[in-house]
Amino acid sequence: MATATVARPVEPGAAPPPPPEPRRVPRWVWALVVLGLWILVWSFTRGDDTLFVSGTEQTDLHERITDIADGLGGSAITGVIADGINAIVETLQGLISTPEAPRPAPQIGWLGVVAIATWVGYAVASWRIALLVAASFVSFGLFGFWEDSMDLLIVTLVSVFFAVLIGFPVAIAIGLSRTASRIVTPVLDLLQTMPTFVYLMFVFILFGIGAPNAVVCTVAYALPPIVRIAGFGIRDVSPAAIEATDSLGQTTWQRLWKVQVPMARRTIILGLNQTILAALSIAIIAGYVNGPGLGKPVLSALTQNNFGAGLVPGLLIVVMGIMLDRTTTAASERSERVARGGGEDPRRRRIVLGSLLVPVAVAVWYSRYAIDAAVFPSNDLASSVASRANDWMESITSALDGPSGAFKDAVTYGLLNPLQSLLAESPWWLAYAGLLALSLVVGGLRALVPAVVGLTGIYLLDLWNDTMVVLNMTIVATALVMVLALVFGVWMARSRRVDLIVRPTLDAGQTIPAFVYLIPVLALFGPTRFTAIVAGIIYAAPAAIKLVADGVRGVGETVVEAGRSTGSTTWQEITKVQLPMAKGSLVLATNQGLLYVLAMVVIGGLVGAGALGYDVVYALAHADYAGKGAAAGFSIVLLGILIDRVMRAAADRAGPGR
Amino acid sequence: MTQTVPPTTPVATERVAGDPALSVQGLWKIFGPRAERIIGTPDAELSRAELKRKTGCVVGVKDVSFDVAPGEVFVVMGLSGSGKSTLVRMLTRLIEPTAGTVEIGGQDITKAPDSRLRELRRKHVSMVFQHFGLLPHRKVVDNVSYGLEIRGEKKAARRERAMRMIELVGLSGYDQSYPDQLSGGMQQRVGLARALANDPELLLFDEPFSALDPLIRRDMQNEVVRLHRELGKTMVFITHDLQEALKLGDRILIMRDGQIVQVGRPDEVVARPADDYVREFVSDVPKSHVLTLRWVMRPVDDQVAPDTPVLPCDTVVREAARVVLDHNGPVLVAEGDRVVGMVDDDDILRVVVAEER
Ligand SMILES: Nc1ncnc2c1ncn2[C@@H]1O[C@H](COP(=O)(O)OP(=O)(O)OP(=O)(O)O)[C@@H](O)[C@H]1O
Ligand SMILES: [Mg+2]
Repeated sequence: MATATVARPVEPGAAPPPPPEPRRVPRWVWALVVLGLWILVWSFTRGDDTLFVSGTEQTDLHERITDIADGLGGSAITGVIADGINAIVETLQGLISTPEAPRPAPQIGWLGVVAIATWVGYAVASWRIALLVAASFVSFGLFGFWEDSMDLLIVTLVSVFFAVLIGFPVAIAIGLSRTASRIVTPVLDLLQTMPTFVYLMFVFILFGIGAPNAVVCTVAYALPPIVRIAGFGIRDVSPAAIEATDSLGQTTWQRLWKVQVPMARRTIILGLNQTILAALSIAIIAGYVNGPGLGKPVLSALTQNNFGAGLVPGLLIVVMGIMLDRTTTAASERSERVARGGGEDPRRRRIVLGSLLVPVAVAVWYSRYAIDAAVFPSNDLASSVASRANDWMESITSALDGPSGAFKDAVTYGLLNPLQSLLAESPWWLAYAGLLALSLVVGGLRALVPAVVGLTGIYLLDLWNDTMVVLNMTIVATALVMVLALVFGVWMARSRRVDLIVRPTLDAGQTIPAFVYLIPVLALFGPTRFTAIVAGIIYAAPAAIKLVADGVRGVGETVVEAGRSTGSTTWQEITKVQLPMAKGSLVLATNQGLLYVLAMVVIGGLVGAGALGYDVVYALAHADYAGKGAAAGFSIVLLGILIDRVMRAAADRAGPGR
Repeated sequence: MTQTVPPTTPVATERVAGDPALSVQGLWKIFGPRAERIIGTPDAELSRAELKRKTGCVVGVKDVSFDVAPGEVFVVMGLSGSGKSTLVRMLTRLIEPTAGTVEIGGQDITKAPDSRLRELRRKHVSMVFQHFGLLPHRKVVDNVSYGLEIRGEKKAARRERAMRMIELVGLSGYDQSYPDQLSGGMQQRVGLARALANDPELLLFDEPFSALDPLIRRDMQNEVVRLHRELGKTMVFITHDLQEALKLGDRILIMRDGQIVQVGRPDEVVARPADDYVREFVSDVPKSHVLTLRWVMRPVDDQVAPDTPVLPCDTVVREAARVVLDHNGPVLVAEGDRVVGMVDDDDILRVVVAEER
């Protein structure tokens, strides 16, 4: 076992290190030994026992799961929930999105909706936000996606409503009680390591396709941020304030509502903001299960590899994301300001808001009678943008053919293919043993249980080969992510200016739903696994870069200065002081990178990445393959947990990241 | 030493005459798992470090007993980590005692149910904290009236009372401000007003002025002296600043490692430190400002001139200096009508010169 002593850097002034133990073999040597053995055995056994299952093949196990799934779906409870969700969503659709039977338009036409939304923007935030909201809504109609946009908004907001309804009490519970926190946290961890796609599969089994699936998935996916962040906010309230108010004789209830919740308000709203963005990002993916919204046109464009047709709805998703993000952020800032006595005179404001309701009411009334205010006048803006974008993309791809092709070939032949043949063409027992040994090398003994459970589970699910293919793509993409993260992270950490420029870009990148990244990458690289990898890199890089930058910056100035005073060069300073000390955050960044990439690689199943993602997509379209889809879903979950646990064990060994 | 030995006070406990406002008996706090099992075993006698090594538990307060008389200002003093905060928090069970009793107004609160405890905190005891503990989302007036709000008083009534408290602590005109718009000293005045708003009989202060700069601190100390004179509340005041202790305290309790080292009047503590720990503490004090003639006088010998001035024995040395030095020969010291000793120039100079070194 490689229990190499992790060289903990000595802080200045700390006690002298204990006498050095006899030198142990460093971990990377052990890793090389494992790899060497693996390759050796592989060269004799290549192609045996790979457990390959073709795309349309099902094993007995999968068929048995299909039967179980059929039994699960359509039960009384799911029926009631589905009916309820359908009723809510359809009512709202009739109100603002789809025509209601005798009428040619929804109850409130676009003009009325724009007026109401603008008013809300002003009420919760400011004039600037109101303008942003108005412009966003008008753009939905102008580009011909009014109905899909409203559907997406409805699904998102209905889901957020339920997520808050369920999540806030849970947040309070984990904020107040350690026991509750200990019970809930692993569940949240699991929900968050599950790639979005997997939710669709599991919920599909219970709810079939359509709005109920979309809403249930979205609620499940949007729950963790509000629970975690709001719970943290409540737990984090200054103990001094709690103690002082306790000393006045308050009850637990009074403490919660008069002290803890108000003091955590800012954090709670941040949690709400994150929940809304999470909801938006999965509500789009729900297009796969025929969930209403902008996901559907994007999806059909992706399957036809029509860049232009996907671009417009993709951008509208981004617009909606920015609108929701900015509005909630500004609303939180405003509420904070008002709570601190800032802002305008409340009475005047009430009068202004009240009188603004008059034009809103007029707009709503008008939009019920005038057809132009009810249905957005059609135009060919979207199609002309689409065809222009396609022309433009064509010229770019032909111009970039050389470099992008070279890059693709380099990655494919240099990294992807060799690793894939090692992982996927090894007999399963060899890959099993090799992966287990590597997990132990990386994560130490604590990685043993998760590695054994994960690998055995994957084996039992009968999709070993597909999982190895996914693992291959994940590893390669993460390696590239970490190269980016190191370069940009160190650069950002060392220069405030670079940080100031790069960070907002990364922040913006993180608010864009994963799905949208696929559109341009697909156009550039065509429907191959490489597209999934590049999309995964783009999706995962921002989080990883930020983690590395923060980790390296967190290395105390004094330590760096101490190094500098010994006359180290910049390169030595980075490699000898900053990176080793930031080891914990590097491991953490790798972990995040792996999980993000995994999620994206799976989504990429639709655009040629094949393997587990394809199994899920195929099952979503063919109900009798539900068993295989579910098995693929479980395999993804197990792979995610395996990666997460092993990397966490590694991070703990590397010591605190900050 | 030539001075007469005054009646020494017992080091551990001193009982006050009449019914005490606060009475603490054998109070213990041990932090850690299964702490209550340690008390009464030989382990309890171990030093802090040893106990920590042996059981993993930390002694916060160790077998402390004292009484506080109504209207008294009782100061608890000690270095950081000596258990002062733990002690004062146990008085209203913000920290649960491991053993011992606390009686406030004759009622044992250590076994009181939650509702009784809340009642006590709402009406009878208030506390002022080092880090203020104000609610940032409430205006000054709403912070001050918070205690009244949670005990269910009408809005108009609690507003009126809060405004009076704000005026009392000298913050008129700031009632509509938010805490983060005020300086540290002003924030602590809000903390004080909040504590006074409940009209408690007993006020607890945990190092309320440590976070303030020296000038503001002096202001705030004077404020406490004034409030004590005007309202006559019983106070327990925690500090690690000896000057503060001497200035405010009717009596001072000195703690080390959770235990009582000495209890006594300020001049007693300065004149007769119980051990080196206390001596170290008081070594920087200008003695002539604290010591009274009681501590420097000698027995009277017979040859005293008939017109010798007589000074009360609790006159501070510094104030007596002029009279004694001006007079030729020794001056008599009296307790009430009875002459108990005399001082001459040497006795005075010894105290004054000692601190110039
Ligand atoms: N919750 C706790 N758990 C464990 N030990 C504690 C806890 N609170 C206090 N202690 C320990 O009890 C001892 C006394 O702490 P306390 O805060 O009462 O000291 P203090 O005299 O108020 O010090 P300071 O002047 O720094 O405020 C310290 O050794 C401290 O480490
Ligand atoms: Mg303290």
